[in-house]
Amino acid sequence: MANKTVTADLPPPAPTSPSERIHVRELVKTFTRRGSEVTAVDRLDLQIRTGEFFVIVGPSGCGKTTLLRMLAGLETPSGGVIDIAEPGGDLPAHSMIFQGDSIFPWMTVWDNAAYGLTMRRRPKAEIREIVGHYLDKTGLTRFARSYPHELSGGMRQRVSIARAFSNDPDILLMDEPFSALDEQNKTLLQDELLRIWDETKKTVVFITHSVDEAVTMGDRVMVMTSRPGRVKKIVDVPFERPREVLELRAQPEYGELIHEIWGSLRSEVLEAQEREQLASLRGRS
Amino acid sequence: MTALDAGPRTEDAGAPPPVRPRRSRTAWLGSDRFLAVATPVLVLVLWEALAQVGIIDTRFFPAPSAIVVRGVEMLASGELVEHTWVSVRRLLIAILIGGVPALLLGLAMGLSRKLRAALDPIIAATYPVPKSAIFPLFLLVFGLGEASKIAVVAVGVFYPIAVNTVAGVREIAPIYHDVGTNFGARRWQVFRTIAFPGALPLILTGFNLAFGMALMLLVVAEMLGAKSGLGFLIWNSWQTFQVENMYVGLVVISLLGFLFALLVKGLEGVLVPWRKR
Ligand SMILES: Nc1ncnc2c1ncn2[C@@H]1O[C@H](COP(=O)(O)OP(=O)(O)O)[C@@H](O)[C@H]1O
Ligand SMILES: [Mg+2]
Repeated sequence: MANKTVTADLPPPAPTSPSERIHVRELVKTFTRRGSEVTAVDRLDLQIRTGEFFVIVGPSGCGKTTLLRMLAGLETPSGGVIDIAEPGGDLPAHSMIFQGDSIFPWMTVWDNAAYGLTMRRRPKAEIREIVGHYLDKTGLTRFARSYPHELSGGMRQRVSIARAFSNDPDILLMDEPFSALDEQNKTLLQDELLRIWDETKKTVVFITHSVDEAVTMGDRVMVMTSRPGRVKKIVDVPFERPREVLELRAQPEYGELIHEIWGSLRSEVLEAQEREQLASLRGRS
Repeated sequence: MTALDAGPRTEDAGAPPPVRPRRSRTAWLGSDRFLAVATPVLVLVLWEALAQVGIIDTRFFPAPSAIVVRGVEMLASGELVEHTWVSVRRLLIAILIGGVPALLLGLAMGLSRKLRAALDPIIAATYPVPKSAIFPLFLLVFGLGEASKIAVVAVGVFYPIAVNTVAGVREIAPIYHDVGTNFGARRWQVFRTIAFPGALPLILTGFNLAFGMALMLLVVAEMLGAKSGLGFLIWNSWQTFQVENMYVGLVVISLLGFLFALLVKGLEGVLVPWRKR
């Protein structure tokens, strides 16, 4: 267990079971912007198990990205503890699929997908094999030599997925990976991701603002409150794997789960909207 | 799973070919390319005619044909090649000496806030100083040999490249740095895989500006403190009142500038294939 951040007045880390991969306690993040403070994440507690597909839903602006960036070490917490169990061997701890376009425009699809392995100086043959495998899985083999500007948005997002999986991290952090896509592409990519995930069974933390997507993909779904982000509810998703998106949606339990999650999310979304309207009114006057 | 968006966006194969508006027979007269060639040709023809008729003073504005004839003579005697080669050599060495450190420092400054804080004021304060003004100083320090000319041009080249490189790195979206961090890129790898390629379009712009600066400084330096080179050729021709020779020097300099711009454009196509055009 590696303690990433410790604040003085917290109890020592509780002994964690070996199946627990991420343990977050009392996590706080406050941004200072033009003199005023914004608390994005407030005293958040969270445990994620090894091999679990953990989904976070919440209204926009509630601190989902901030939470994920703290897990990735890209943002320093203002308080609290993040424990992430060290992976065995020399696997990288985590790879992120960022919200929005994040593949390098100056690299070909192949070089983008190979980025993590190249940075870790893996042998050429290994890189060829792994990257070839995931470009194949994501249907990008034919475009290996293309540059991102020659691809559609959906294809660029697939490059980002291939890049993260090729890196073979212990934990995958995905920040609304499909939110910029149209409905059809989204469904196809969800299927694709489920299939790849079934092969690897990695620990996944997956952010979305779509309740449908949460229930389709996740083992558990955490609903966040509107800003400052806290845990409102955690819902178990009992569907068996391997899952198939369309089959899943035909089941009656699917609708019930959606209903349950929406029920707890709704008030948070309304609150977030209200705040936004207020802010824009204030901005105008 | 490529059924829905299979490949780069292509045009709808079933659509009828686009109908081109019919163009009139004289439309080419208005085309950009025609105008680009026609205007200078017209100026030259006019100049030639006025010179032949004697309306303009050929002691100051010799006919273009006379300049061409003199150019050919100077080529044949080897004089022109000699001067041009000397100048080009100075330019290339100076661009190397000034450009490479500018590039490396620019990348480092673009990446490091500390380094920017430390060096920005110095650069901002010395940037506006006309580099020709420090040539006398360089003559004092380096003497009349090659070093003083190369040094002043190198200093002139340094600024536009450094400043543009810093701007190029700063313009890279922060998310790419996050990607580098997340995928474990070390400092040098960030340099090589993010800062340099990301800044490359602006770096090339910097080189383009730098070459204009370099030509200007070189000619000044060669006029003041050299016995060879195109600047010397122009200055010497003026002093000996060989006006055609002076024009030949001017033409070669403008050709050099033009060729370098072409070179950078070609390099851009090779080095920045990812840029939407
Ligand atoms: N770098 C930052 N500086 C200041 N405020 C930020 C920064 N990043 C995020 N925020 C604020 O924190 C809140 C949560 O943002 P974010 O985590 O991106 O939300 P989400 O991903 O759930 O939409 C927002 O109000 C946002 O404006
Ligand atoms: Mg977000």
